[in-house]
Amino acid sequence: MRTRSRARRVALDYAVRAASTVSALIGIFFLCWILVVVIHRGSAALNWDFFTKLPAPPGAEGGGLANAILGTLIMTAIAGAIGVPIGVLTGVYLSEYGRGGTFASLVRFTVNVMMGLPSIITGLFVYTMLVVTLGHFSGWAGAVSLVFIIMPIVAGTTEDMLRMVPDSMRESALALGAPSWRTTLGIVFRGAKVGLITGVLLAIARATGETAPLLFTSLNSPYWPGNLNHPTGNLTVTIFSYAMSPYPDWQQMAWGASLLITVGVLSMTILTRLALVRKG
Amino acid sequence: MNEKQPIVSEGGENQIEARTTLPSKITATADSRSKISVRNLNFFYGDKQALFDNDLEIRPNKVTAIIGPSGCGKSTHIRVYNRIFELYRDQKATGEVVMDGENILAPGVEVTELRRKVGMIFQQPTAFPMSIFDNVAYGLRLHYKMKKSRIAERVRKALESAALWDQVKDQLNKPGTALSGGQQQRLCIARAIAVEPELLLMDEPTAAVDPVATTRIEELVDTLKQDYTIVIVTHNMQQAARISDYTAFFYEGYIVEYGPTRKIFTNPSEKRTEEYITGRFG
Repeated sequence: MRTRSRARRVALDYAVRAASTVSALIGIFFLCWILVVVIHRGSAALNWDFFTKLPAPPGAEGGGLANAILGTLIMTAIAGAIGVPIGVLTGVYLSEYGRGGTFASLVRFTVNVMMGLPSIITGLFVYTMLVVTLGHFSGWAGAVSLVFIIMPIVAGTTEDMLRMVPDSMRESALALGAPSWRTTLGIVFRGAKVGLITGVLLAIARATGETAPLLFTSLNSPYWPGNLNHPTGNLTVTIFSYAMSPYPDWQQMAWGASLLITVGVLSMTILTRLALVRKG
Repeated sequence: MNEKQPIVSEGGENQIEARTTLPSKITATADSRSKISVRNLNFFYGDKQALFDNDLEIRPNKVTAIIGPSGCGKSTHIRVYNRIFELYRDQKATGEVVMDGENILAPGVEVTELRRKVGMIFQQPTAFPMSIFDNVAYGLRLHYKMKKSRIAERVRKALESAALWDQVKDQLNKPGTALSGGQQQRLCIARAIAVEPELLLMDEPTAAVDPVATTRIEELVDTLKQDYTIVIVTHNMQQAARISDYTAFFYEGYIVEYGPTRKIFTNPSEKRTEEYITGRFG
Protein backbone atom coordinates (compact mmCIF):
# COMPACT_ATOMS: atom_id res chain seq x y z
CA MET A 1 0.00 0.00 0.00
CA ARG A 2 1.34 3.41 -0.95
CA THR A 3 0.97 6.20 1.49
CA ARG A 4 0.06 9.55 0.06
CA SER A 5 2.06 12.54 1.04
CA ARG A 6 0.66 14.72 3.77
CA ALA A 7 0.86 17.80 1.58
CA ARG A 8 -1.38 16.17 -0.99
CA ARG A 9 -3.97 15.14 1.56
CA VAL A 10 -4.05 18.61 3.05
CA ALA A 11 -4.42 20.18 -0.39
CA LEU A 12 -7.22 17.81 -1.31
CA ASP A 13 -9.03 18.49 1.94
CA TYR A 14 -8.68 22.20 1.32
CA ALA A 15 -10.01 21.91 -2.21
CA VAL A 16 -13.06 19.85 -1.20
CA ARG A 17 -13.82 22.16 1.67
CA ALA A 18 -13.52 25.24 -0.54
CA ALA A 19 -15.68 23.73 -3.29
CA SER A 20 -18.49 22.75 -0.91
CA THR A 21 -18.41 26.08 0.89
CA VAL A 22 -18.59 28.01 -2.37
CA SER A 23 -21.47 25.84 -3.60
CA ALA A 24 -23.37 26.46 -0.39
CA LEU A 25 -22.76 30.17 -0.68
CA ILE A 26 -23.98 30.22 -4.30
CA GLY A 27 -27.18 28.47 -3.25
CA ILE A 28 -27.79 30.84 -0.37
CA PHE A 29 -26.92 33.85 -2.53
CA PHE A 30 -29.64 33.09 -5.08
CA LEU A 31 -32.19 32.27 -2.39
CA CYS A 32 -31.49 35.58 -0.70
CA TRP A 33 -31.60 37.40 -4.02
CA ILE A 34 -35.04 35.99 -4.76
CA LEU A 35 -36.22 36.89 -1.26
CA VAL A 36 -34.87 40.42 -1.48
CA VAL A 37 -36.48 41.05 -4.88
CA VAL A 38 -39.81 39.57 -3.79
CA ILE A 39 -39.83 41.55 -0.57
CA HIS A 40 -38.71 44.76 -2.25
CA ARG A 41 -41.23 44.69 -5.09
CA GLY A 42 -44.00 42.94 -3.21
CA SER A 43 -44.09 45.09 -0.10
CA ALA A 44 -45.07 48.09 -2.23
CA ALA A 45 -48.31 46.31 -3.13
CA LEU A 46 -49.26 45.28 0.37
CA ASN A 47 -51.75 47.46 2.17
CA TRP A 48 -55.06 47.04 3.95
CA ASP A 49 -57.01 46.99 0.69
CA PHE A 50 -54.83 44.19 -0.65
CA PHE A 51 -56.14 41.86 2.07
CA THR A 52 -59.73 43.07 2.20
CA LYS A 53 -60.90 44.17 -1.25
CA LEU A 54 -61.80 42.49 -4.49
CA PRO A 55 -59.61 43.18 -7.54
CA ALA A 56 -60.21 46.44 -9.37
CA PRO A 57 -60.57 46.45 -13.17
CA PRO A 58 -57.38 47.38 -15.03
CA GLY A 59 -56.81 51.09 -14.92
CA ALA A 60 -59.04 51.65 -11.91
CA GLU A 61 -57.29 52.63 -8.72
CA GLY A 62 -57.02 50.43 -5.64
CA GLY A 63 -58.56 47.01 -5.19
CA GLY A 64 -57.08 43.93 -3.56
CA LEU A 65 -56.77 40.17 -3.77
CA ALA A 66 -58.94 39.15 -0.83
CA ASN A 67 -60.84 36.71 -3.03
CA ALA A 68 -57.64 34.98 -4.18
CA ILE A 69 -56.24 34.79 -0.65
CA LEU A 70 -59.45 33.28 0.65
CA GLY A 71 -59.73 30.93 -2.33
CA THR A 72 -56.22 29.62 -1.87
CA LEU A 73 -56.84 29.10 1.85
CA ILE A 74 -60.13 27.29 1.26
CA MET A 75 -58.87 25.02 -1.50
CA THR A 76 -55.66 24.17 0.36
CA ALA A 77 -57.62 23.46 3.54
CA ILE A 78 -60.03 21.13 1.74
CA ALA A 79 -57.18 19.42 -0.08
CA GLY A 80 -55.32 19.03 3.20
CA ALA A 81 -58.38 17.69 4.99
CA ILE A 82 -58.71 14.99 2.34
CA GLY A 83 -55.09 14.41 1.34
CA VAL A 84 -53.38 14.38 4.74
CA PRO A 85 -55.44 11.56 6.33
CA ILE A 86 -55.24 9.42 3.19
CA GLY A 87 -51.52 10.10 2.93
CA VAL A 88 -50.82 9.37 6.59
CA LEU A 89 -52.83 6.15 6.52
CA THR A 90 -51.09 5.07 3.31
CA GLY A 91 -47.76 5.70 5.01
CA VAL A 92 -48.91 3.69 8.04
CA TYR A 93 -49.91 0.83 5.78
CA LEU A 94 -46.55 0.87 4.00
CA SER A 95 -44.50 1.07 7.17
CA GLU A 96 -46.52 -0.94 9.69
CA TYR A 97 -48.73 -3.43 7.89
CA GLY A 98 -47.63 -3.98 4.30
CA ARG A 99 -43.94 -4.12 5.06
CA GLY A 100 -42.26 -6.45 2.59
CA GLY A 101 -45.47 -7.52 0.83
CA THR A 102 -45.98 -7.36 -2.93
CA PHE A 103 -49.01 -5.10 -2.65
CA ALA A 104 -47.05 -2.69 -0.47
CA SER A 105 -44.25 -2.41 -3.00
CA LEU A 106 -46.83 -1.74 -5.69
CA VAL A 107 -48.36 1.01 -3.56
CA ARG A 108 -44.94 2.44 -2.77
CA PHE A 109 -44.06 2.49 -6.47
CA THR A 110 -47.31 4.28 -7.28
CA VAL A 111 -46.70 6.85 -4.55
CA ASN A 112 -43.23 7.53 -5.91
CA VAL A 113 -44.55 7.92 -9.44
CA MET A 114 -47.25 10.30 -8.22
CA MET A 115 -44.67 12.34 -6.36
CA GLY A 116 -42.56 12.66 -9.48
CA LEU A 117 -45.48 13.38 -11.77
CA PRO A 118 -45.37 16.89 -13.25
CA SER A 119 -48.19 18.75 -11.58
CA ILE A 120 -49.57 19.99 -14.88
CA ILE A 121 -50.45 16.38 -15.69
CA THR A 122 -52.34 16.11 -12.42
CA GLY A 123 -54.22 19.23 -13.46
CA LEU A 124 -55.01 17.75 -16.88
CA PHE A 125 -56.22 14.54 -15.28
CA VAL A 126 -58.62 16.32 -12.96
CA TYR A 127 -59.67 18.54 -15.87
CA THR A 128 -60.79 15.53 -17.91
CA MET A 129 -62.30 13.73 -14.94
CA LEU A 130 -64.18 16.58 -13.27
CA VAL A 131 -64.19 19.74 -15.31
CA VAL A 132 -65.07 18.13 -18.65
CA THR A 133 -67.64 15.74 -17.22
CA LEU A 134 -69.33 18.38 -15.07
CA GLY A 135 -69.02 20.99 -17.77
CA HIS A 136 -67.53 23.81 -15.71
CA PHE A 137 -64.40 24.87 -13.82
CA SER A 138 -64.79 24.72 -10.07
CA GLY A 139 -63.10 25.21 -6.74
CA TRP A 140 -63.84 21.57 -5.92
CA ALA A 141 -61.85 20.44 -8.93
CA GLY A 142 -59.01 22.70 -7.80
CA ALA A 143 -59.05 21.18 -4.33
CA VAL A 144 -59.13 17.65 -5.76
CA SER A 145 -56.10 18.31 -7.92
CA LEU A 146 -54.24 19.62 -4.87
CA VAL A 147 -55.12 16.39 -3.07
CA PHE A 148 -53.01 14.60 -5.66
CA ILE A 149 -50.10 16.88 -4.76
CA ILE A 150 -50.47 16.48 -0.99
CA MET A 151 -51.31 12.79 -0.73
CA PRO A 152 -48.12 11.23 -2.17
CA ILE A 153 -45.80 13.61 -0.31
CA VAL A 154 -47.49 12.88 3.00
CA ALA A 155 -47.56 9.13 2.30
CA GLY A 156 -43.87 9.11 1.41
CA THR A 157 -42.67 11.16 4.37
CA THR A 158 -44.95 9.29 6.78
CA GLU A 159 -43.50 5.97 5.71
CA ASP A 160 -39.93 7.27 5.95
CA MET A 161 -40.48 8.82 9.37
CA LEU A 162 -42.29 5.79 10.83
CA ARG A 163 -39.53 3.54 9.56
CA MET A 164 -36.97 5.57 11.44
CA VAL A 165 -38.58 4.45 14.70
CA PRO A 166 -36.61 1.33 15.61
CA ASP A 167 -38.44 -2.02 15.67
CA SER A 168 -37.32 -2.51 19.27
CA MET A 169 -39.72 0.31 20.20
CA ARG A 170 -42.63 -1.51 18.55
CA GLU A 171 -41.58 -4.78 20.16
CA SER A 172 -41.43 -3.17 23.60
CA ALA A 173 -44.96 -1.83 23.32
CA LEU A 174 -46.30 -5.09 21.91
CA ALA A 175 -44.44 -7.05 24.59
CA LEU A 176 -46.35 -5.08 27.22
CA GLY A 177 -49.54 -6.33 25.65
CA ALA A 178 -50.41 -3.29 23.56
CA PRO A 179 -52.52 -4.07 20.49
CA SER A 180 -50.81 -3.06 17.29
CA TRP A 181 -53.04 -0.04 16.63
CA ARG A 182 -52.14 1.38 20.02
CA THR A 183 -48.49 0.68 19.37
CA THR A 184 -48.71 2.61 16.11
CA LEU A 185 -50.70 5.55 17.46
CA GLY A 186 -49.30 5.79 20.97
CA ILE A 187 -45.66 4.87 20.52
CA VAL A 188 -44.56 4.93 16.89
CA PHE A 189 -46.41 8.15 16.00
CA ARG A 190 -45.14 9.82 19.13
CA GLY A 191 -41.59 8.85 18.30
CA ALA A 192 -41.95 10.16 14.75
CA LYS A 193 -44.02 13.24 15.66
CA VAL A 194 -41.62 15.94 14.52
CA GLY A 195 -40.97 14.25 11.21
CA LEU A 196 -44.66 13.62 10.55
CA ILE A 197 -45.66 17.22 11.16
CA THR A 198 -42.79 18.46 9.03
CA GLY A 199 -43.92 16.17 6.22
CA VAL A 200 -47.50 17.42 6.40
CA LEU A 201 -46.38 21.04 6.39
CA LEU A 202 -44.05 20.45 3.52
CA ALA A 203 -46.91 18.96 1.52
CA ILE A 204 -49.29 21.81 2.35
CA ALA A 205 -46.64 24.36 1.51
CA ARG A 206 -46.08 22.62 -1.83
CA ALA A 207 -49.83 22.68 -2.51
CA THR A 208 -50.10 26.35 -1.60
CA GLY A 209 -47.52 27.22 -4.20
CA GLU A 210 -48.83 25.04 -7.03
CA THR A 211 -50.15 26.77 -10.13
CA ALA A 212 -50.36 24.14 -12.84
CA PRO A 213 -52.99 21.90 -11.18
CA LEU A 214 -55.26 24.92 -10.68
CA LEU A 215 -54.93 26.34 -14.19
CA PHE A 216 -57.50 23.99 -15.72
CA THR A 217 -59.48 23.15 -12.61
CA SER A 218 -60.38 26.04 -10.36
CA LEU A 219 -59.26 28.52 -13.00
CA ASN A 220 -59.49 31.95 -11.38
CA SER A 221 -62.17 34.43 -10.51
CA PRO A 222 -62.39 38.07 -9.53
CA TYR A 223 -65.31 37.36 -7.17
CA TRP A 224 -65.57 36.07 -3.62
CA PRO A 225 -65.19 32.27 -3.42
CA GLY A 226 -68.70 31.76 -2.08
CA ASN A 227 -69.61 28.71 -4.13
CA LEU A 228 -66.98 26.11 -4.88
CA ASN A 229 -69.01 24.88 -7.86
CA HIS A 230 -67.80 27.96 -9.71
CA PRO A 231 -64.32 29.00 -10.78
CA THR A 232 -62.50 30.06 -7.65
CA GLY A 233 -59.93 32.76 -7.20
CA ASN A 234 -56.47 31.79 -5.96
CA LEU A 235 -53.10 33.44 -5.54
CA THR A 236 -50.93 31.40 -7.87
CA VAL A 237 -53.08 31.64 -10.98
CA THR A 238 -53.55 35.31 -10.14
CA ILE A 239 -49.78 35.75 -10.08
CA PHE A 240 -49.58 33.94 -13.42
CA SER A 241 -52.18 36.08 -15.18
CA TYR A 242 -51.38 39.41 -13.49
CA ALA A 243 -47.66 39.11 -14.04
CA MET A 244 -48.25 38.45 -17.74
CA SER A 245 -50.62 41.38 -18.06
CA PRO A 246 -49.50 44.70 -19.54
CA TYR A 247 -50.87 46.75 -16.64
CA PRO A 248 -48.28 47.97 -14.10
CA ASP A 249 -50.73 47.97 -11.17
CA TRP A 250 -51.65 44.33 -11.91
CA GLN A 251 -47.98 43.43 -12.14
CA GLN A 252 -47.48 45.00 -8.76
CA MET A 253 -50.40 42.99 -7.38
CA ALA A 254 -48.65 39.85 -8.67
CA TRP A 255 -45.52 40.81 -6.73
CA GLY A 256 -47.64 41.35 -3.65
CA ALA A 257 -49.23 37.93 -4.04
CA SER A 258 -45.79 36.37 -4.50
CA LEU A 259 -44.57 37.96 -1.30
CA LEU A 260 -47.65 36.77 0.54
CA ILE A 261 -47.18 33.14 -0.52
CA THR A 262 -43.47 33.26 0.24
CA VAL A 263 -43.96 34.75 3.68
CA GLY A 264 -46.86 32.41 4.41
CA VAL A 265 -44.95 29.26 3.56
CA LEU A 266 -41.78 30.46 5.24
CA SER A 267 -43.39 31.54 8.48
CA MET A 268 -45.51 28.40 8.68
CA THR A 269 -42.34 26.32 8.48
CA ILE A 270 -40.39 28.45 10.93
CA LEU A 271 -43.18 28.66 13.49
CA THR A 272 -43.76 24.93 13.55
CA ARG A 273 -40.05 24.30 13.82
CA LEU A 274 -39.85 26.60 16.81
CA ALA A 275 -42.88 25.08 18.47
CA LEU A 276 -41.52 21.58 17.98
CA VAL A 277 -38.08 22.47 19.27
CA ARG A 278 -39.56 23.95 22.41
CA LYS A 279 -41.78 20.96 23.05
CA GLY A 280 -38.91 18.57 22.32
CA MET B 1 -47.84 17.58 38.53
CA ASN B 2 -49.08 16.95 42.02
CA GLU B 3 -51.69 14.46 41.05
CA LYS B 4 -49.01 12.28 39.57
CA GLN B 5 -47.11 12.05 42.81
CA PRO B 6 -47.81 8.82 44.62
CA ILE B 7 -49.94 9.45 47.64
CA VAL B 8 -49.40 6.28 49.54
CA SER B 9 -46.05 5.59 51.05
CA GLU B 10 -46.29 3.00 53.80
CA GLY B 11 -44.81 -0.28 52.75
CA GLY B 12 -46.03 -3.65 53.92
CA GLU B 13 -49.77 -3.50 54.14
CA ASN B 14 -50.23 -1.81 50.84
CA GLN B 15 -48.13 -4.30 49.02
CA ILE B 16 -50.15 -7.18 50.32
CA GLU B 17 -53.33 -5.42 49.38
CA ALA B 18 -52.10 -4.76 45.87
CA ARG B 19 -51.23 -8.39 45.48
CA THR B 20 -54.52 -9.78 46.60
CA THR B 21 -56.86 -7.40 44.85
CA LEU B 22 -55.34 -7.93 41.44
CA PRO B 23 -56.02 -11.26 39.83
CA SER B 24 -52.64 -11.26 38.17
CA LYS B 25 -50.29 -13.06 40.44
CA ILE B 26 -50.62 -16.73 41.12
CA THR B 27 -47.76 -18.07 43.15
CA ALA B 28 -46.48 -21.53 42.37
CA THR B 29 -48.89 -24.23 43.37
CA ALA B 30 -47.74 -27.65 44.50
CA ASP B 31 -48.32 -29.48 41.24
CA SER B 32 -46.85 -26.93 38.85
CA ARG B 33 -43.23 -27.94 38.92
CA SER B 34 -42.62 -26.03 35.72
CA LYS B 35 -43.71 -22.51 34.91
CA ILE B 36 -43.17 -23.25 31.25
CA SER B 37 -42.83 -26.54 29.44
CA VAL B 38 -41.41 -26.29 25.96
CA ARG B 39 -42.08 -29.33 23.86
CA ASN B 40 -40.69 -30.04 20.46
CA LEU B 41 -40.31 -26.38 19.52
CA ASN B 42 -39.10 -25.65 16.00
CA PHE B 43 -38.63 -22.18 14.59
CA PHE B 44 -38.29 -20.86 11.07
CA TYR B 45 -37.12 -17.60 9.53
CA GLY B 46 -38.76 -18.05 6.14
CA ASP B 47 -37.33 -21.34 4.89
CA LYS B 48 -34.40 -21.29 7.26
CA GLN B 49 -34.86 -23.34 10.39
CA ALA B 50 -33.36 -21.72 13.47
CA LEU B 51 -34.54 -23.94 16.34
CA PHE B 52 -34.66 -27.73 16.29
CA ASP B 53 -36.85 -29.80 18.63
CA ASN B 54 -36.28 -27.66 21.70
CA ASP B 55 -37.53 -29.20 24.95
CA LEU B 56 -37.18 -27.18 28.11
CA GLU B 57 -38.74 -26.95 31.57
CA ILE B 58 -38.59 -23.50 33.17
CA ARG B 59 -38.85 -23.67 36.96
CA PRO B 60 -40.98 -21.12 38.77
CA ASN B 61 -39.28 -18.43 40.85
CA LYS B 62 -35.90 -19.39 39.52
CA VAL B 63 -33.53 -17.69 37.15
CA THR B 64 -32.87 -19.71 34.04
CA ALA B 65 -29.94 -18.60 31.92
CA ILE B 66 -29.71 -19.33 28.23
CA ILE B 67 -26.16 -19.35 26.97
CA GLY B 68 -24.44 -20.21 23.72
CA PRO B 69 -22.46 -18.65 20.88
CA SER B 70 -23.89 -15.87 18.69
CA GLY B 71 -26.59 -16.97 16.32
CA CYS B 72 -27.36 -20.20 18.16
CA GLY B 73 -31.03 -19.31 18.70
CA LYS B 74 -31.03 -18.03 22.28
CA SER B 75 -33.06 -14.91 21.60
CA THR B 76 -35.17 -16.66 19.01
CA HIS B 77 -36.13 -19.21 21.65
CA ILE B 78 -37.39 -16.77 24.27
CA ARG B 79 -39.10 -14.61 21.66
CA VAL B 80 -41.52 -17.50 21.23
CA TYR B 81 -42.69 -17.30 24.87
CA ASN B 82 -44.55 -14.03 24.32
CA ARG B 83 -45.15 -14.56 20.60
CA ILE B 84 -43.39 -11.29 19.83
CA PHE B 85 -41.88 -12.90 16.73
CA GLU B 86 -45.32 -12.66 15.12
CA LEU B 87 -44.60 -9.02 14.35
CA TYR B 88 -42.60 -10.36 11.42
CA ARG B 89 -44.67 -12.19 8.88
CA ASP B 90 -41.99 -14.61 7.68
CA GLN B 91 -41.30 -16.03 11.14
CA LYS B 92 -43.02 -19.22 12.27
CA ALA B 93 -42.95 -21.49 15.31
CA THR B 94 -44.24 -25.05 15.60
CA GLY B 95 -44.51 -27.26 18.67
CA GLU B 96 -45.81 -26.45 22.11
CA VAL B 97 -45.01 -23.92 24.77
CA VAL B 98 -47.20 -24.79 27.73
CA MET B 99 -47.59 -22.15 30.41
CA ASP B 100 -49.85 -22.94 33.37
CA GLY B 101 -51.38 -25.81 31.46
CA GLU B 102 -52.17 -23.86 28.32
CA ASN B 103 -50.31 -24.05 25.02
CA ILE B 104 -49.59 -20.41 24.29
CA LEU B 105 -48.93 -21.13 20.63
CA ALA B 106 -52.51 -22.33 20.13
CA PRO B 107 -54.58 -20.16 17.79
CA GLY B 108 -57.22 -19.08 20.33
CA VAL B 109 -54.77 -17.57 22.82
CA GLU B 110 -55.39 -13.93 23.73
CA VAL B 111 -51.99 -12.50 22.84
CA THR B 112 -52.35 -9.20 24.71
CA GLU B 113 -53.18 -11.04 27.94
CA LEU B 114 -50.33 -13.49 27.34
CA ARG B 115 -47.98 -10.54 26.99
CA ARG B 116 -49.22 -9.03 30.22
CA LYS B 117 -48.26 -12.25 31.93
CA VAL B 118 -44.93 -12.49 30.13
CA GLY B 119 -42.82 -9.34 30.38
CA MET B 120 -39.78 -8.75 28.22
CA ILE B 121 -36.60 -6.70 28.54
CA PHE B 122 -34.58 -6.06 25.42
CA GLN B 123 -30.91 -5.64 24.72
CA GLN B 124 -31.24 -1.95 23.93
CA PRO B 125 -33.13 0.10 26.50
CA THR B 126 -36.33 1.27 24.82
CA ALA B 127 -37.73 4.12 26.88
CA PHE B 128 -40.88 5.37 25.18
CA PRO B 129 -40.95 9.00 24.06
CA MET B 130 -42.94 10.13 27.12
CA SER B 131 -42.33 10.97 30.76
CA ILE B 132 -40.75 8.57 33.23
CA PHE B 133 -44.10 8.24 34.99
CA ASP B 134 -46.02 7.56 31.78
CA ASN B 135 -43.45 4.99 30.72
CA VAL B 136 -44.08 2.92 33.83
CA ALA B 137 -47.82 3.57 33.76
CA TYR B 138 -48.10 2.56 30.11
CA GLY B 139 -48.85 -1.10 30.73
CA LEU B 140 -51.15 -0.34 33.66
CA ARG B 141 -53.29 2.00 31.61
CA LEU B 142 -53.33 -0.59 28.86
CA HIS B 143 -54.66 -3.43 30.96
CA TYR B 144 -56.52 -1.92 33.87
CA LYS B 145 -59.00 0.80 34.56
CA MET B 146 -57.44 2.31 37.63
CA LYS B 147 -57.80 5.46 39.61
CA LYS B 148 -54.95 7.94 39.28
CA SER B 149 -53.87 7.41 42.85
CA ARG B 150 -53.78 3.68 42.29
CA ILE B 151 -51.64 4.09 39.19
CA ALA B 152 -49.26 6.39 41.04
CA GLU B 153 -48.96 3.80 43.77
CA ARG B 154 -48.17 1.00 41.33
CA VAL B 155 -45.70 3.16 39.42
CA ARG B 156 -43.89 3.90 42.64
CA LYS B 157 -43.81 0.25 43.62
CA ALA B 158 -42.46 -0.78 40.24
CA LEU B 159 -39.76 1.89 40.31
CA GLU B 160 -38.81 0.82 43.81
CA SER B 161 -38.58 -2.79 42.75
CA ALA B 162 -36.37 -1.74 39.86
CA ALA B 163 -34.12 0.18 42.29
CA LEU B 164 -34.76 3.39 40.39
CA TRP B 165 -37.25 5.22 42.61
CA ASP B 166 -34.71 7.19 44.66
CA GLN B 167 -33.05 8.55 41.54
CA VAL B 168 -36.19 9.60 39.68
CA LYS B 169 -38.78 10.40 42.35
CA ASP B 170 -38.29 14.14 41.90
CA GLN B 171 -38.34 14.09 38.12
CA LEU B 172 -41.18 11.78 37.19
CA ASN B 173 -42.36 14.23 34.54
CA LYS B 174 -39.04 14.32 32.73
CA PRO B 175 -38.81 12.37 29.49
CA GLY B 176 -37.69 8.78 30.00
CA THR B 177 -35.17 9.18 27.23
CA ALA B 178 -33.27 11.75 29.31
CA LEU B 179 -32.05 9.04 31.68
CA SER B 180 -28.69 7.30 31.29
CA GLY B 181 -28.54 3.96 29.48
CA GLY B 182 -28.41 1.92 32.67
CA GLN B 183 -31.24 3.90 34.21
CA GLN B 184 -33.29 3.53 31.04
CA GLN B 185 -32.83 -0.22 31.22
CA ARG B 186 -34.09 -0.23 34.81
CA LEU B 187 -36.96 1.98 33.70
CA CYS B 188 -37.83 -0.72 31.17
CA ILE B 189 -37.67 -3.31 33.93
CA ALA B 190 -39.98 -1.16 36.07
CA ARG B 191 -42.33 -0.78 33.12
CA ALA B 192 -42.39 -4.53 32.60
CA ILE B 193 -42.97 -5.45 36.25
CA ALA B 194 -45.57 -2.72 36.82
CA VAL B 195 -48.24 -4.97 35.29
CA GLU B 196 -47.08 -7.80 37.60
CA PRO B 197 -46.21 -10.40 35.01
CA GLU B 198 -45.56 -13.97 36.02
CA LEU B 199 -42.60 -14.50 33.78
CA LEU B 200 -39.86 -12.04 32.90
CA LEU B 201 -37.84 -12.59 29.73
CA MET B 202 -34.55 -10.75 29.52
CA ASP B 203 -32.76 -10.69 26.21
CA GLU B 204 -29.16 -9.75 27.01
CA PRO B 205 -30.33 -6.96 29.31
CA THR B 206 -26.82 -5.82 30.19
CA ALA B 207 -25.25 -5.97 26.73
CA ALA B 208 -25.70 -2.24 26.14
CA VAL B 209 -24.98 -0.83 29.60
CA ASP B 210 -21.79 -0.07 31.51
CA PRO B 211 -20.25 -2.39 34.15
CA VAL B 212 -21.67 -0.51 37.13
CA ALA B 213 -25.18 -0.64 35.68
CA THR B 214 -24.62 -4.31 34.86
CA THR B 215 -23.90 -5.08 38.50
CA ARG B 216 -27.06 -3.25 39.56
CA ILE B 217 -29.20 -5.12 37.09
CA GLU B 218 -27.70 -8.42 38.18
CA GLU B 219 -28.51 -7.62 41.81
CA LEU B 220 -31.98 -6.70 40.68
CA VAL B 221 -32.47 -10.05 38.96
CA ASP B 222 -31.53 -11.76 42.18
CA THR B 223 -34.20 -9.91 44.18
CA LEU B 224 -36.83 -10.09 41.47
CA LYS B 225 -36.80 -13.88 41.37
CA GLN B 226 -38.66 -13.96 44.66
CA ASP B 227 -41.69 -12.69 42.81
CA TYR B 228 -41.04 -13.63 39.23
CA THR B 229 -39.83 -16.46 37.10
CA ILE B 230 -36.94 -15.14 35.05
CA VAL B 231 -35.40 -16.36 31.82
CA ILE B 232 -32.28 -14.47 30.84
CA VAL B 233 -30.33 -14.74 27.62
CA THR B 234 -26.73 -13.82 28.09
CA HIS B 235 -23.48 -13.79 26.19
CA ASN B 236 -21.59 -13.52 29.37
CA MET B 237 -20.89 -16.86 31.01
CA GLN B 238 -19.73 -15.33 34.27
CA GLN B 239 -23.07 -13.58 34.41
CA ALA B 240 -24.93 -16.83 33.89
CA ALA B 241 -22.87 -18.49 36.59
CA ARG B 242 -23.41 -15.59 38.98
CA ILE B 243 -27.13 -15.08 38.73
CA SER B 244 -28.85 -18.19 37.44
CA ASP B 245 -30.18 -21.30 39.10
CA TYR B 246 -30.55 -23.26 35.88
CA THR B 247 -28.65 -23.00 32.65
CA ALA B 248 -29.47 -24.14 29.15
CA PHE B 249 -26.68 -24.35 26.62
CA PHE B 250 -27.80 -23.74 23.06
CA TYR B 251 -25.78 -24.62 20.02
CA GLU B 252 -26.88 -24.15 16.40
CA GLY B 253 -30.54 -24.21 17.35
CA TYR B 254 -30.35 -27.29 19.55
CA ILE B 255 -30.46 -27.40 23.33
CA VAL B 256 -27.29 -29.31 23.99
CA GLU B 257 -27.55 -29.44 27.75
CA TYR B 258 -29.83 -28.17 30.46
CA GLY B 259 -29.55 -28.48 34.20
CA PRO B 260 -28.71 -26.75 37.45
CA THR B 261 -26.19 -23.98 36.80
CA ARG B 262 -23.63 -25.40 39.19
CA LYS B 263 -23.62 -28.70 37.40
CA ILE B 264 -23.41 -27.14 33.94
CA PHE B 265 -20.44 -25.03 34.97
CA THR B 266 -18.55 -27.55 37.05
CA ASN B 267 -19.43 -30.92 35.65
CA PRO B 268 -21.16 -30.73 32.27
CA SER B 269 -22.24 -34.01 30.71
CA GLU B 270 -21.73 -32.91 27.14
CA LYS B 271 -18.35 -32.37 25.58
CA ARG B 272 -19.52 -29.34 23.60
CA THR B 273 -20.84 -27.66 26.73
CA GLU B 274 -17.51 -28.11 28.40
CA GLU B 275 -15.67 -26.78 25.36
CA TYR B 276 -17.85 -23.69 25.23
CA ILE B 277 -17.66 -22.99 28.94
CA THR B 278 -13.91 -23.36 29.02
CA GLY B 279 -13.70 -20.93 26.14
CA ARG B 280 -12.52 -23.25 23.42
CA PHE B 281 -15.08 -21.90 20.97
CA GLY B 282 -17.88 -19.41 20.73
